[in-house]
Amino acid sequence: MHSFWLRANAILTFSITILAFMCAMASVSDCFNSASPSAQIQITNINWFQKQRNGNEEVSLTMNITADLQSLFTWNTKQVFVFVAAEYRTPKNAVNQVSLWDAIIPAKEQAKFRVQTVNKYRFINQGSNLRGKDLNLTLHWHVMPKAGMMFADKLVIPGYRLPKEYR
Amino acid sequence: MDWQGQKVAEQLMQLLLLASAVMAFVTGYIMGSFQTMILIYAGGVVLTALIVVPNWPCFNRHPLRWLDPLEAEKHPKPPPPPPVASKKSKAKK
Repeated sequence: MHSFWLRANAILTFSITILAFMCAMASVSDCFNSASPSAQIQITNINWFQKQRNGNEEVSLTMNITADLQSLFTWNTKQVFVFVAAEYRTPKNAVNQVSLWDAIIPAKEQAKFRVQTVNKYRFINQGSNLRGKDLNLTLHWHVMPKAGMMFADKLVIPGYRLPKEYR
Repeated sequence: MDWQGQKVAEQLMQLLLLASAVMAFVTGYIMGSFQTMILIYAGGVVLTALIVVPNWPCFNRHPLRWLDPLEAEKHPKPPPPPPVASKKSKAKK
């Protein structure tokens, strides 16, 4: 501490150490937030449901997504990434997850939303066994904090069934 | 900066930085704003730097007392030893 630059260096290192500790505490404080998000998804229409030439199936559907994710936001949340995945079992693959729609929510005010959309990404199944298939639409979310740990969780909404015939 | 001043400066730095960190965290958490926390802490760091880094006169109130120069003159250095000339003659042999 005997010279100007030694004192400047001591302040810099100590203040950055404390800053790292503050960020860690901010991340810890996120653990005390009990989130209770809610979501409903309705499939309002199956636009078309076809078999491709190579034997795979493709579905186009219109969804109505209503969600309230405001409780995910804390003071340490930068943004939330949400996506809707269709999940089902086939004899070939025990777990199929097809992403249908996604969004980035940058602020708490935009976390309560209602979207009507055609699937943003193509819903293609490996094989041709989707006719009359039961499937879940799952809302996944990843909470990206300003500092610290990232959280991910999901809400499974079961009870959808694809039509028995191609259209 | 004298010894006492250095000690005070170091303790003052640690105290001020910790206090501004606690204040920034509590304020940021209550207001729900990460940005507020960072701004308050940055202000605290700048203030601490202004207080501690320059060599302010208040850090120089305990100067070191050296012996008086007169005291040193009472015990003069012993005179340097006379040059030795015997080495040269040995080298010639």
